[in-house]
Amino acid sequence: METRPRRVAREHVHINKVEIENTYAEAFETLAARLIVTAANERWAMIAARTATGFATSVIGCGCEAGIDGVLSPEQTPDGRPGVAVLFFTISDKDMENVLMNRVGQCIMTSPTSACYDGLRTDAKVKTGSKLRFFGDGFQSSKLIENRRLWRVPVMDGEFVIEESFSMQKAIGGGNFLILAESEPASLSAAEAAVDAMDAVPGIIMPFPGGVVRSGIKVGSKYKGQFASTNTAYCPTIRRQVGSALPEGVNCVMEIVIDGLDEASVKEATRVGVRAACKEGVLGISAVNYGGRRGRCHFHLHEIMGTGQAVV
Amino acid sequence: MGCVSCAGLMKVFADERDVVTLRLREPDTVPIEAGSICPDLFVSRTLAEIKALPAFRGRRKVELGDLFEIQGDRSDSVIVEGDLRHVQNIGMRMSHGRVLVRGSVGLHLGAYMRGGEIIVEGNASDWAGAQMQGGVIRIMGNAGHRVGAAYPDEKRGANRGTIVVEGNAGREAGARARRVLIVVQGDVGDSAGANMIAGSIIVLGRLGKRAGVGNKRGTIVALGETPEILPTYRYECTMRPVFLRCYLRRLLDWGLPVPKAAVDGEFRRYSGDTTSLGKGEILIYAKS
Repeated sequence: METRPRRVAREHVHINKVEIENTYAEAFETLAARLIVTAANERWAMIAARTATGFATSVIGCGCEAGIDGVLSPEQTPDGRPGVAVLFFTISDKDMENVLMNRVGQCIMTSPTSACYDGLRTDAKVKTGSKLRFFGDGFQSSKLIENRRLWRVPVMDGEFVIEESFSMQKAIGGGNFLILAESEPASLSAAEAAVDAMDAVPGIIMPFPGGVVRSGIKVGSKYKGQFASTNTAYCPTIRRQVGSALPEGVNCVMEIVIDGLDEASVKEATRVGVRAACKEGVLGISAVNYGGRRGRCHFHLHEIMGTGQAVV
Repeated sequence: MGCVSCAGLMKVFADERDVVTLRLREPDTVPIEAGSICPDLFVSRTLAEIKALPAFRGRRKVELGDLFEIQGDRSDSVIVEGDLRHVQNIGMRMSHGRVLVRGSVGLHLGAYMRGGEIIVEGNASDWAGAQMQGGVIRIMGNAGHRVGAAYPDEKRGANRGTIVVEGNAGREAGARARRVLIVVQGDVGDSAGANMIAGSIIVLGRLGKRAGVGNKRGTIVALGETPEILPTYRYECTMRPVFLRCYLRRLLDWGLPVPKAAVDGEFRRYSGDTTSLGKGEILIYAKS
């Protein structure tokens, strides 16, 4: 069954003459972990972080959504080396355990000079380091620093240091907005501007390639066993064959998906991103929802754009 | 861990209205066992009840009020003043609160303590922090022998907690210790970390002889003068230990004079003691 986004009322809000539709993004609750990856220099910290957060665009196909939260200066990391904060989002704590075991074990531990620390402080923990330590084959050792236990695993370049457990907290996954543009260059340019602006918002990631997704989904399919399929209502090439949600003149749509540690950060990212995306060639900003069936977190565009800077 | 840099503690004591103050009435050479000078015991007691707490002067049982002039009540912040060199067991078994000792103090300071903070503005005698299980002790002068060590009838010594000695420490610091962090700004005596089970001893001055004898899994870090290494230790490699960066950065935060170059510096790693489990280590700062 096709899903068309529900619009709440016919109110008109414009930013830079771009219409912001009166609709909402429907997000869902997830669990998040924040890891601090350090290395001898920023290059290797970033390589470890990028590798660990690769192939992590969607919990549906990848088991998690992950991305880089930000680059940390040596003063901001536990060991005083350059670091990168990464965020992982999963549906359950069991998923988080599997994801971190695999990704930290295969992508961070293997990366030269790396170390990995907990970047959150909550009581809910997933014990990754205390399992990965067995790689040390009996030569691992631990150090307790201010109630934080660090495992030292001997490896060929010295030691891999990993915190015993990583904290988890409730978070938001699937915040989003759509950029409805008159052309592909215009939509791409607007999406890039939005992503660049949103990069500065802490506590969020945009898990898709370059922060942008062109293959948005709807729930369900005509094919049995396919629980998600292309978002037909926003595909311009079939607009006359389906119940299209596209205004006249829109020929290309890009979606930006946002995962955040809390509602406030997702709202702020949406606000910053939408404002940056309202450029020449963009005809409207919308959002994907499922009529409230998929998630309990609703981000109303008009409400969000009414906060912060004044809506033009 | 609380604020080991004293800033928080001093701030608390700046407002002495909420502090229990004990001043030793007269200097005494007879040992005084004052284990009842403990924030846990003061926090819910009136002045009269505090004065009535038991103590021993030699083998005679007395009350705290007989030995000390006491002011204040119902507080877990305690100031002890006077010539306390023969006063023992201050802060013993404390689990929270703060104790400031204005002067030098006797044996067993903070023994068995589980939490809270103790600051000694002078020297501390032997067995400071023996068997401690948490909290912070900062001794601004010298510490005696067996700081953070195990008592003779105990298999394991200090388990968690932090002891910072700004002066020198005596023999067998951290003997049979487990998980504790002991930092000595000056020199440390012989047999530091003897039979250490785990934990860390960081020495900014000179490390004495026979360091780490019988060490199982403990870490001894020598940042000062290069010590003699027991022949039962084996040189492994020269490394930049990442975990040590975390420790040294904390020490710098606490205001200790750690050479900044050491944070990023290379250390020679010796493993031992091979007469024991052999998984301990001595890290010696390899100055350029």
